[in-house]
Amino acid sequence: MRIESRERFETFQVRAGKQAARIKTRIVVCCGPGCLASGSQDVADAFARELKSRGLLEKRQKIECKRTGCHGLCEAGPLVALEPAGILYTRVKPRNVKDIIEKTVLGGKVVERLLFKDPVNGKRIEKYGEISFYRNQTRVSMRNVGRVDPFDLDDAVANGAYSGLVKALFDNTPEEVVDAVDHSGLRGRGGAGFATGRKWRSCRGAKGDRKFVICNGDEGDPGAFKDRAIMEGDPHSILEGMIIGAYAIGAHEGYVYVRNEYPLAVVSLEAAMADARKAGLLGDNILGSGFDFDIRISRGGGAFVCGESSALMRSIEGKVGEPRAKYIHGTDRGLHDLPTVLNNVETWSHVGAILQKGADWFAAMGTDKSKGAKAFSLVGKVRNTGLIELPMGTTLRRIIYEIGGGIQGDRPFKAVQTGGPSGGVIPESLLDLPVDYEKLEENGSMMGSGGMIVMDDRTCMVDVARYFIDFLIEESCGKCVPCREGLKQMHNLLDGLTLGKGRQGDIERIERLARGMKLGSLCDLGRSATNPVLSTLRHFRDEYEAHIDHGACPAGICRELTAFEILEDVCDGCHLCVKACPVDAIEGKAKKMHVIDDVKCTACGECFNVCPIDAIRHFPKNNPAGTSPREEVA
Amino acid sequence: MPTVTVDGKAVEVPEGTFVLEAARKAGIHIPTLCHHEALEPWGGCRLCVVDVTKEGWDGWCKLVVACLFPVEDGLIVHTATERIIETRTVVLDLLLARCPDTPLIRKLAREHGIRKTTFEVNPEPTDCILCGLCTRVCDHIGVSAISAANRGVGREIAPPFMEDGPPDCTGCLSCAEICPTDHIKYRASMQSRTIWGKTFDMVRCPTCGRAHITKEQAAFEARRGKVPESYFEYCDACKRKKTAQTIDGLSRTG
Repeated sequence: MRIESRERFETFQVRAGKQAARIKTRIVVCCGPGCLASGSQDVADAFARELKSRGLLEKRQKIECKRTGCHGLCEAGPLVALEPAGILYTRVKPRNVKDIIEKTVLGGKVVERLLFKDPVNGKRIEKYGEISFYRNQTRVSMRNVGRVDPFDLDDAVANGAYSGLVKALFDNTPEEVVDAVDHSGLRGRGGAGFATGRKWRSCRGAKGDRKFVICNGDEGDPGAFKDRAIMEGDPHSILEGMIIGAYAIGAHEGYVYVRNEYPLAVVSLEAAMADARKAGLLGDNILGSGFDFDIRISRGGGAFVCGESSALMRSIEGKVGEPRAKYIHGTDRGLHDLPTVLNNVETWSHVGAILQKGADWFAAMGTDKSKGAKAFSLVGKVRNTGLIELPMGTTLRRIIYEIGGGIQGDRPFKAVQTGGPSGGVIPESLLDLPVDYEKLEENGSMMGSGGMIVMDDRTCMVDVARYFIDFLIEESCGKCVPCREGLKQMHNLLDGLTLGKGRQGDIERIERLARGMKLGSLCDLGRSATNPVLSTLRHFRDEYEAHIDHGACPAGICRELTAFEILEDVCDGCHLCVKACPVDAIEGKAKKMHVIDDVKCTACGECFNVCPIDAIRHFPKNNPAGTSPREEVA
Repeated sequence: MPTVTVDGKAVEVPEGTFVLEAARKAGIHIPTLCHHEALEPWGGCRLCVVDVTKEGWDGWCKLVVACLFPVEDGLIVHTATERIIETRTVVLDLLLARCPDTPLIRKLAREHGIRKTTFEVNPEPTDCILCGLCTRVCDHIGVSAISAANRGVGREIAPPFMEDGPPDCTGCLSCAEICPTDHIKYRASMQSRTIWGKTFDMVRCPTCGRAHITKEQAAFEARRGKVPESYFEYCDACKRKKTAQTIDGLSRTG
């Protein structure tokens, strides 16, 4: 059915809302990336089968089972929520489905053992609204992710989708839309944080009849998956934002550039686009407003560098995805050398909400210069890993300890890496740092695409820097010398350190090279590639020095530099380390002290990680009599 | 026409000129490796970095590559600030590690005070600096027989699928001629020419006997210039002579 006027849309909205309100019990199965990986598809299938066989899917039963995008708490997946009661079941297996239907759906009781267990006090929590992970979040760009079925337009509209678009098209001139976005203080969520309203205004003012809007869905930072969750879980919010953006700048063509590794995002975006076209929300004469706009999907070929705007545009043009110098802005000469607005997935999905609820509502959240909320992928050694969205300015401590539930195994926190390969690490001394664009950058990191990798004391900072450099070596396009050759040499230097081949002067060599790369590289991939190195050097210089001066890895991670031994007076012979050792290098009978065979040992540290009573210590290989390097450094 | 100041010298250049050209007009040398007047600027070697600023920028300087930064009126360009020298030195140091035996790189590095690279020397030294001139000239001619393959450190210039004998190559030798480090090798005789693992038969001038063009290039140029292939039968010198003979009063032999 094609909706041809504002009134018809509003009727549609009311009807969809009524239909949704009819449902008395809604079983919401998370089919986000994390839960899919842990088998939520089977759980959803089991629900559908069981409900059908019991005749519970008939209309009069008022029960619905729907598959949605990411609920957020990936750690405890597969997740199943029961609405409107707000009950959350975790780690649900297909065999639990019968129980849930009988006890909760029909019996009104909870299945205790499937409830979320608070990692701090071990108590079971019934409602997700009471879990600190959910309680402390503010969802804006992910407002409907995990709430709506991405393949159901009615469901999306019932939850507010496209109401921002209606306001924009019928109550505002394009100029007013630009003003609203400008006034809201929205900044690019792809990492650099350029003011969205300013970008739109300059494109609106650019000469030319043909303009483009592009959605950058080439999210590729290790540990980041918020754009994926939005594309898969709520594609309509992206489409709505893009239509509003196109209306504001006067574009009639749009592209969504999706990274090759996200095939599910393509499926849900394509379905959403088809639904929107059928409903008259996309295509010619949108909602009878006289405004035409359509979107095409362009799939990447697997290159990280295509997330860079100029490379992305070349890639859409069908050329090799290599960046070019941007002395002329994309808003003047972008795709096909025509004026183009390119924004990140998360940025676009904010736009509808801003138009719907007003710029003031958005600007009231966040800090002085960073407004609104920001999505993060919280991963690493934190208890509650998953996807979160918080007002800008939330402190790292709150994110890691309240939302994240603290560090796994109560190990000491060491640092958090933000911004992926373009970002840096933030140490413990800065845990009370309010997270926004400025504060992160001041401290040597950046917002990036919102990846947050939490690290505990079992992390070597030189190794972390090397990891990101190695990632970028694979992904540098190789066009400019500082990035291509510089990354290789940076790898050589860092690799040397982790292998115990560091020389005096290496830190200075690293710093000189980093400066050259930062100044000389063509695009931001090369320019920011040194951030992981420079920020670890800034906050953990002592670790670099220990590698060079003493050939020691204070964290006991660099295998060539580390050895392990079992402490005679502490070991109680629990046998856990024997089981954990992948090369059978630990000998010893149960209840007797164990011994590590130095010849067989590969220094992987698995024994150290599993030992529950700290009976294993690591020490520098070249100095067995030496004290633990950690104490030495301290 | 916009006026720009390069290292204190004011020059007037047409709209659309890039800083590099303006600097050259002002008589100021900026080193380059991937630049060629006949081709679109590319910005890959990063040697031509310069600082640009303007009255009213509050002393803020922007580091840009001269080959791609368009001039604007009142632009002030510095070509040898500390950070420029630092960037160039690191770039040349890196290139010297990649190409330790290449005379051009050694010379440029020496000019910047580097005799030996401070980085780890490439275990497989090469003369190719990946400046992209060869592929760009090939594209410019309209042949596109070779291109950059792979990415990052693994980048190399190669025929399609890394197979010898690129099908579109016409043996024109432009790539070899433009290569600043003579990395692209070819063999030529009176009968044939070999480049990129492909051997071409030569067209020989019926008058002087010079092997002046490959048969493939003659065919390609004839197609492109919409002239008969016979146009390329004689070499340029003999063609001129023949034409002159047809014009009364021009020919000495009468």
